[in-house]
Amino acid sequence: MAGSQQYRSRRRDDDAPEPEAPTPPPAAPQAQGAERDEALDSLLDEIDGVLETNATDFVHGFVQKGGQ
Amino acid sequence: MSVRRVMGIETELGITSTQVDARGELLTPMLLSGQVVRAYAAGAGPRAAMPTGSGWDYADETPLRDARGYEMARALADVSQLTDVEDPTVANSVLSNGARFYVDHAHPEYSSPEVTSPREAVRYDRAGELVGLAALRTLAQEGREVRLYKNNVDGKGASYGTHENYLVPRSIPFERLARQLIPFLVARPVIAGAGRVGLGQVSERPGFQLSQRADYLEAEVGLETTLRRPIVNTRDEPHATPHVHRRLHVIVGDATMADVTTLLAVGSLSAVLRLVETHPDGVPDVALADPVQAVRQVSHDPTLRATVETVDGRRLTGVDVLETYLEAVERAVASGHDAWRPDDDTTEVLTRWRQVLDALRRDPAECAGQVEWVAKLSLLERYRERSGAGWGDPRLAAMDIQWHDLDPQRGLAQKLRAAGRLERLMPEGAVAAAVTEPPEDTRAWFRGECVRRYGDDVRAASWDSVVMLDERGRLRRVQVPEPTAATRERISGLLERHTRTATLLTELASEDV
Repeated sequence: MAGSQQYRSRRRDDDAPEPEAPTPPPAAPQAQGAERDEALDSLLDEIDGVLETNATDFVHGFVQKGGQ
Repeated sequence: MSVRRVMGIETELGITSTQVDARGELLTPMLLSGQVVRAYAAGAGPRAAMPTGSGWDYADETPLRDARGYEMARALADVSQLTDVEDPTVANSVLSNGARFYVDHAHPEYSSPEVTSPREAVRYDRAGELVGLAALRTLAQEGREVRLYKNNVDGKGASYGTHENYLVPRSIPFERLARQLIPFLVARPVIAGAGRVGLGQVSERPGFQLSQRADYLEAEVGLETTLRRPIVNTRDEPHATPHVHRRLHVIVGDATMADVTTLLAVGSLSAVLRLVETHPDGVPDVALADPVQAVRQVSHDPTLRATVETVDGRRLTGVDVLETYLEAVERAVASGHDAWRPDDDTTEVLTRWRQVLDALRRDPAECAGQVEWVAKLSLLERYRERSGAGWGDPRLAAMDIQWHDLDPQRGLAQKLRAAGRLERLMPEGAVAAAVTEPPEDTRAWFRGECVRRYGDDVRAASWDSVVMLDERGRLRRVQVPEPTAATRERISGLLERHTRTATLLTELASEDV
């Protein structure tokens, strides 16, 4: 799928942190806000390609039967 | 001892498809779920899954028996509670990892095998995601499009469950267990919630909350799981020696995609249960004035500042309630009690629990790699900042659903995992191994190995039995009422000696069916 190829190539270009390594436990809180936003932004850019294009129809169509 | 105990997680998956029948009608979720279960068994092959034509052995199922000591009249039961009647149109399979994969009501359900630690519960829960994904890939090859979602709500009133099971001693009085557990279960979504867009059973109010299930809990204690859902479920169906064991059936939890969230959910609950068992007087008394109301109050406040009232008039936040329990557990460990020798599993769970609570007090956003609702909220908040979308915007509701998609190409939680934004507790290879290999230290090993070694002769299985054909074509039931019997250590020699079912059965104690 185009979305995933784009995702993989961007990962290589950015030389982002290795995905296999466990995220360290929460570090000092200061100065994390901006970094967090930046990381989320690049992720949201990637996700943009796979988000349902018609959100209204998608949400409307997601109907389940009740279970346990 | 410690946080280790026999446990397992069952998950009903959300399911959608654009497939239509000859009249152009969308296929029913029952049919679609049947496709999924059959596709897994077909794609995985005979050594990895019992063919779906074989059955589930219902001899031991008692879904209407109540832990409070009575049985509900069948005539009074809602039809959705009758889970022990075999429906021939409903697909069922037992997998070589010891799990059950079947159609429950209108959802495919993966019931993990019995494991003995929170970490293994995480591994076999993740393996269930791969089972679902494998089924989807087989269906895709047949040209059938189906999507699976590991979530618990559709936002339109329907909720479907993720149930946790914990083996507890029958000797613990159930009323006390329920009473001591309820405040903990009310607050647990603070560390174990998957997050949800929308408030109210039909998302009638815009907003974000910690838990998928909170708005669907309507009673404190009860037998039902499909309606008037209680915080503590009293179903008394131990699937184990009944006078020794009870199976605590916890129905309030969320399906979770974040490893640490799953670990915290089952690990913290197992620790609290141990406290209830070994330190009945050390369990904090934080009885809540209105537990059902409190479930919503805690879930509806992502700032974690909302307070709930105790019977004795205190006002505590969800973090406060959890900390009270954690401190009691930490005291029990410090006491040096035999049941609390801190093994690695206990140390891991308690360290994580402490770290996450402390971080949540400072700034919930610090837990975006560990606590699923925080991860989801952080992503959605950033999206809101960029797009200007309000909480009522369908794009946010869509992202909430898509968070739980089992397909790694679309699932947002999986995108975060792949990007290293959701901490993983184990390499992917360990999860993949759990798709086919049973846990070695419970009877799931015998069940799974029977599927792998004697699959052609296995006709049915259940949590505590395997039914096989002997050489004269008679059905024989091998019972395993003890969950920690029939482990690899105990019976691998026996299975090695018998390549044929018939000779195995002559050596094993088995009864006619």
